[in-house]
Amino acid sequence: MADNTTGRGYPEPRFDSFVSKATSRRQFIKGVIFSGAAVSGGGYLLSIAGCSGQQGSAGGVERLLTLSVNGQMRPVDVLPNETLAMTLRYKLGLTGTKLGCDRGECGACTVLVDGVTNYSCSTLTHAVRGRAITTIEGLEGPNGELHVVQQAMIDELGPQCGFCTPGQIMSAVALLNEKPKPTRDEVRHALSGNLCRCGAYDHYLNAVMRAAETGERVSQA
Amino acid sequence: MSRDMMSAFELYQPDTVEGAVELLGRFGAEGWALAGGNDSFDWFKDRVKRPKYVVDLGGIAALKGVRETADGGVEIGALTTLTEIERSSVIQNRYKVLAEAARRVASPQIRNSGTIGGNVSQDARCWYYRYGVDCYRAGGNTCYADTPEGQNREHCLWGADRCVAVSPSDTAPALVALDATMVVVGPGGQREVKAEEFFIGPNIDIERMTVLEDGDVLTAIKLPAEWSGARFYFEKVADRNTWDFPLVNIAAAMKVSGAAGAETVDQIRIVAGAVQCVPRRLTVVEEVVRGQAKTADTASLAGQSAVRGATPLNFNHFKIPLLQNLVMRAIRDA
Repeated sequence: MADNTTGRGYPEPRFDSFVSKATSRRQFIKGVIFSGAAVSGGGYLLSIAGCSGQQGSAGGVERLLTLSVNGQMRPVDVLPNETLAMTLRYKLGLTGTKLGCDRGECGACTVLVDGVTNYSCSTLTHAVRGRAITTIEGLEGPNGELHVVQQAMIDELGPQCGFCTPGQIMSAVALLNEKPKPTRDEVRHALSGNLCRCGAYDHYLNAVMRAAETGERVSQA
Repeated sequence: MSRDMMSAFELYQPDTVEGAVELLGRFGAEGWALAGGNDSFDWFKDRVKRPKYVVDLGGIAALKGVRETADGGVEIGALTTLTEIERSSVIQNRYKVLAEAARRVASPQIRNSGTIGGNVSQDARCWYYRYGVDCYRAGGNTCYADTPEGQNREHCLWGADRCVAVSPSDTAPALVALDATMVVVGPGGQREVKAEEFFIGPNIDIERMTVLEDGDVLTAIKLPAEWSGARFYFEKVADRNTWDFPLVNIAAAMKVSGAAGAETVDQIRIVAGAVQCVPRRLTVVEEVVRGQAKTADTASLAGQSAVRGATPLNFNHFKIPLLQNLVMRAIRDA
């Protein structure tokens, strides 16, 4: 049998592209972090980008930065070509923000930057370095209580599969922060940058209208 | 999915125009001026265009904002977002056609980060070109769209010259209708270019959509006092109400006199988008309408004159009656 089987009848997975056989797990993880990639599941996307671990040329951006996310200051090593969606999902562990098309054409990746909706797949993390970023994870209250829009989504059965839902909620939150009592048409317009493949649009509109009707002034997200 | 990660590049974030121009001049063809990124990242993620150096203009405060100028006009920084233009009370009150055009671009999120400078200097959307094939516009010597079976329903009615892609911008026709001026800073210093001359066709340079070359930065767009507060019309027709580029759009600015119901069009500038590789100034329509009564008859005649000489491709014949009707509505309903 090949020398890399473990008696279970199938070979161990090989990470030859990242590390030699002699490297320990600790050394591997350190090396991965130093080379600017990520350890989590989708992190391979960052490591195959061909980016070296060294500092860029003089005058280029500093790779280590501190990002304000959901009210917390998060230090993170960010590649120049890294989008905000990639940083949030694969380096900060905030996978509530989804990647649908990665082309700014579906809205699943919608987050708030200084309270304004933004396709995080189409934003360089370095471009929002000093801004306040809010993701779906940042909406809940200090004791885990759901945001009024989140609760309304449940009460009105807004989502079907739920994949577009974080993006829809962020768009709704941005709208209600600016306009607490919108018309249905205004909600339609505000959510027009979010697609739903399940076709649950009407349910989303009902949920947002219900959240508005609840009357509470939604807290600044 | 692995193709979605952009190729590596060095990122520079200057905070002055001079710094940006110096960097872009140094990098030449390997550099790339980045505004909102909504056009650029598509190229980068598909790995079709792979600049080594990207200069992010987003940190240059001097490039943002709408300001009223001493000569009675308005100057808009090129990095001003489309949302800011849509909501600017100065633009809404004085140059409403531009606010209406900005409002119809793409989707809310794109308008929040997309800039007017990026919107007017964006590249062609022909899907063959975007796919990365070696067509004329990409430096090769063929065109896939201008063929009997090429999917060219979104392509041009005039100006075909090896390339049949159209100008996809919604704000560009509005700016040409307003007789705007573009301010460009490059290695040779600052220059001003009339909006109509800012956009170029394949007969001048098939690989560019505007006069901007490597090292140039569009810094501002000036709207003249002349057309402030005029009568305006803007309409965009697209497959969907959101996201989609125009199939045809129309922007008009008019000076109208006389009592309501018996008005005369004294002066007019009317521009159609997405029918040619540049925003098409409809000079024939202007000549037909100037000095005439603003009636349904004049509007109908204007519509007919607008489509003279249109040369449709195999799948875009519908653009002819569409343009005709948009012109008619512009004259009648402005």
